[in-house]
Amino acid sequence: MNVARMTTTPSVSTPAVMHAPVDTAGLDERITIRSLNFYYGDNKALKDISLPLYAGKVTAFIGPSGCGKSTLLRVLNRMYDLYPNQRAEGEVTLDGEDILSPKQDLNMLRARIGMVFQKPTPFPMSIYENIAFGIRLYEKLPKSELDDRVEVALKRAALWEEVKNKLGANGLSLSGGQQQRLCIARTVAVRPEVILFDEPCSALDPISTAKIEELMDELKSEYTLVIVTHNMQQAARVSDFTAFMYLGELIEFGTTSRMFTAPHDRRTQDYITGRFG
Amino acid sequence: MAEIEKPMMNEHTAKAFDGDLQELTRKVAEMGGLAEREIADSIQALTRRDIALAKRVVATDPTIDALQQEIEEKAVLTIARRQPMAVDLREIVAALRVSNDLERIGDLAKNIGKRVGALEGDFYPSKLLRGVEHMASLVLGQLKHVLDAYAARDLPGALAVWKGDEEIDAMCTSLFRELLTYMMEDPRNITFCIHLMFCAKNIERMGDHATNIAETVHYMVEGRPIADPRPKGDTTAFANAAVP
Repeated sequence: MNVARMTTTPSVSTPAVMHAPVDTAGLDERITIRSLNFYYGDNKALKDISLPLYAGKVTAFIGPSGCGKSTLLRVLNRMYDLYPNQRAEGEVTLDGEDILSPKQDLNMLRARIGMVFQKPTPFPMSIYENIAFGIRLYEKLPKSELDDRVEVALKRAALWEEVKNKLGANGLSLSGGQQQRLCIARTVAVRPEVILFDEPCSALDPISTAKIEELMDELKSEYTLVIVTHNMQQAARVSDFTAFMYLGELIEFGTTSRMFTAPHDRRTQDYITGRFG
Repeated sequence: MAEIEKPMMNEHTAKAFDGDLQELTRKVAEMGGLAEREIADSIQALTRRDIALAKRVVATDPTIDALQQEIEEKAVLTIARRQPMAVDLREIVAALRVSNDLERIGDLAKNIGKRVGALEGDFYPSKLLRGVEHMASLVLGQLKHVLDAYAARDLPGALAVWKGDEEIDAMCTSLFRELLTYMMEDPRNITFCIHLMFCAKNIERMGDHATNIAETVHYMVEGRPIADPRPKGDTTAFANAAVP
């Protein structure tokens, strides 16, 4: 992996990505992104991105608006396929299997790589059905087993205690923070390997945010988590690795502890210290 | 890497943040100036047996302590308010550490001042005092250079100070040996010699604090501690110093 390769510190003008030497021993690369380019029509939104996403770790994508971090997230579960004129070039593998291949079964892919969005998006149905709906898409289970799966998912999302007595209530009746945890439960219920969070807390209050962060900390032992966030402190709190992107390029990637105390690239430093532009 | 760390940084989008950081640096510089003067005055009081000056040194120490407290409060408030990252965070941590070292330097100077009042008798060998004076002038130079390096974020300057502590340690060891001979010669010299030894040790300690500050400047600029082991002038442990 090229992470360990670049030990020198290129000057600011060098276009090469500053990969600090990362101790990759004991780390398992769940997703590997190599030379990824992405286009919205003629507009190149991602430029030659190469990046590992490690199993059991949280990786944060940070960068100013329009830098391509959400685009990168959307490539990982082929969300862009829903839109015409959007295409990706390069290689993205999940456990060695090419995600970008036209032969890829998108429904299966999205079961393996779940996504939680900026705004909570519960379905206008009961809490129970919000979870069961997704499971039924992939598996035919007897009622009792389905009940168990719903309960486990709600427990994994730290929502069970708050909703166990009102599983029939409409998902939309929950508070914003609860709705977001419901969406996480829905994602967890189909047993994915990877969960993508696209600014999951930007519409939540600090307590709900703390609950989601606590949840991510618990979930990371079983899943590979990726989070896009505009909140630097949140990235510093929840992630193990951080990728800083700017104008469609990956500028710097490294352990979060180093990225937020001693970044190598001037642009990374300017961004995380609030000096940009 | 030096490129990103020059003092000419871009301004923060929130301009008041720059003001907070500048104020911290300014207060540390003020403390540094006071500490330098404390050292010079305490040594002058010692060599000239100037009791009045020694008392002034002791009386100035609370001012340094108060400044340290102000820096600490300002740093904590800035961390709480701005949640600093990267170089900003390192700058604030550096201000805390440097002010801590300067406060200790002030205490050591105060201690020398107190000892001046305790020195009695005719035994006041100028040769020994010149040795102490020379040591102190070296330490003062070290402190001045390291404070300049701190203000200018000057890495080579800090490293030069870091490496320069060797000589001071060696001088302290040799002074210790000399004082031992005086004490063995005549037990009536012991009180004076012990006080002078403590003064020399205090000065040597000030040098150590200057070295600490150099390490802090390195951390602040580079984001990592100095990697190599520091050269040591005092090769023999004090207790083992061979009796000549």
